[in-house]
Amino acid sequence: MRAFQFKAAATPSDAVSSGADTAFIAGGTNLIDLMKLDVVTPTKLVDLGPLSFRGITLDSTGLHIGALEKMADVAEDPRVVKKYPVVSQALLKSASAQIRNMATMGGNLMQRTRCGYFRDTDSPCNKRVPGSGCPALEGENRMHAIFGVSDSCCATHPSDLAVALVALDSVLKLQGPQGTREVKLEDFYLLPGNTPDREHDIRSGEIITEIFVPAKAWASRSGYLKIRDRESYEFALTSAAVVLDLDGSTIRDARIAVGGVGTKPWSLPVVAEALKGRTANREAFAAATEQAAEGARTLSQNGFKVSLVKKTILRALSEVGGVA
Amino acid sequence: MHYRNDDTMGEPSPDKGRSSRRHFLSQLAALSATLTIAAPAARAASSKERSRPETPDSEQPESLVDIVLKVNGQEKPLKVDSRVTVLDAVRDRLNMSGTKKGCDHGACGACTVLIDGKRVLSCLTLAVMTQGKEITTIEGLAHGDELHPVQAAFVTCDGFQCGYCTPGQIMSAVGCIREGHTGSDTEIREFMSGNLCRCGAYPNIVQAIKQAATQMKGAVS
Repeated sequence: MRAFQFKAAATPSDAVSSGADTAFIAGGTNLIDLMKLDVVTPTKLVDLGPLSFRGITLDSTGLHIGALEKMADVAEDPRVVKKYPVVSQALLKSASAQIRNMATMGGNLMQRTRCGYFRDTDSPCNKRVPGSGCPALEGENRMHAIFGVSDSCCATHPSDLAVALVALDSVLKLQGPQGTREVKLEDFYLLPGNTPDREHDIRSGEIITEIFVPAKAWASRSGYLKIRDRESYEFALTSAAVVLDLDGSTIRDARIAVGGVGTKPWSLPVVAEALKGRTANREAFAAATEQAAEGARTLSQNGFKVSLVKKTILRALSEVGGVA
Repeated sequence: MHYRNDDTMGEPSPDKGRSSRRHFLSQLAALSATLTIAAPAARAASSKERSRPETPDSEQPESLVDIVLKVNGQEKPLKVDSRVTVLDAVRDRLNMSGTKKGCDHGACGACTVLIDGKRVLSCLTLAVMTQGKEITTIEGLAHGDELHPVQAAFVTCDGFQCGYCTPGQIMSAVGCIREGHTGSDTEIREFMSGNLCRCGAYPNIVQAIKQAATQMKGAVS
């Protein structure tokens, strides 16, 4: 690991005025790993731990989660379990118990891709060294994306939490040297295009202070299904966050987002639209799911994700919709 | 009850019981060094470092920090490089080698310790970030010669083979039981999935955790 200057942030304004070449650290579970690999090499490290961006509040506007809340604490919060099960389930299917005790909500949303070429400094990678090339497009790409792929990058976004939060139309509150602002989580993540090194709509010095999930009474009928190479402690091959608004057996509204398949957490409004007004049954779910992979671009080893992601959504819809 | 006082089950006294094994390992290292004189040069040439320009020392940020680590109830003042993890600090600076370095990247769980009562990975925790927090390592579980119920259960259930992952398994199991995730074998397996065992002692580990959880029910660990 390269040497760095360490500073514990005293106040938010102290943190955001730390200047260029600063990395913010919270739980550190992704950053320390990447610093050991020499993938990220900050000369200054600012610990956000002492700041007060904590607390889980449920009010009439929705759910407010402090960015420094630990994944484990949010996953097991009874209000989250009851009102937003998709968030709790996505968190509990992430990482391991130890990592969930360390990692923060904001940090989870900022985690970097697991692409093996990105993590290996001996390999070219447009995300790590812009313009150096993307070996994954023609190389080992079984784990890679089928949505949002460009000629520069096909790395998947690894967060389960982000998929659940995108399905719930969540908003991030940011604080930076120029003040505070809000950005929709779905727009916070950028498509790789020809600048895969730019991953977020975040400005120099900005930090995430709060995650806001707008009130949605029907979010209590939601769930997260994750398909992996092993049963636990593994990143997704495919995953689906499903939220259903049912009036009796009629689908009034729906939200669908998928993980393990996109260069960013991938929302599927087409599938949600196809469900609206239909009776919640196997046929309606299957018909809507058929449209899930429109626009997919498969690579040499990940073609299986097209059918797997459809089956993942179908099973998630069936479970959440109570259809056997 | 008296048990062996070795790396596997923790070392209440860092000065005893460890010297023979450490001595043996260092002798082994010295021996292999004389047998492979050409190896260091070859290793340097094939190292990943070859293509990385090193920052000259004069440009390195000043990174030594004075800290106080509170480990197993004892305050330990240390001057550490800010890069030092809790894992390296307890093993190399405080000579408590019960906590094991497996992958050093947060993938195996061998380095699991408790910080403020919660199980965490010491390989991904910077020592400078743990000031004022209580660190508990495997050495801090037993009361004198009396093993912690989880340690005792691992012995009676034969919850290990080579023993390398065992301190991490035990620390993680203590956390798992405290969190209340021992309702079924499936739940134990899910909530212990961050601890890998290459020997495959999983069935006995699950048994040990069930036994210890039953014993600890209602008791403060």
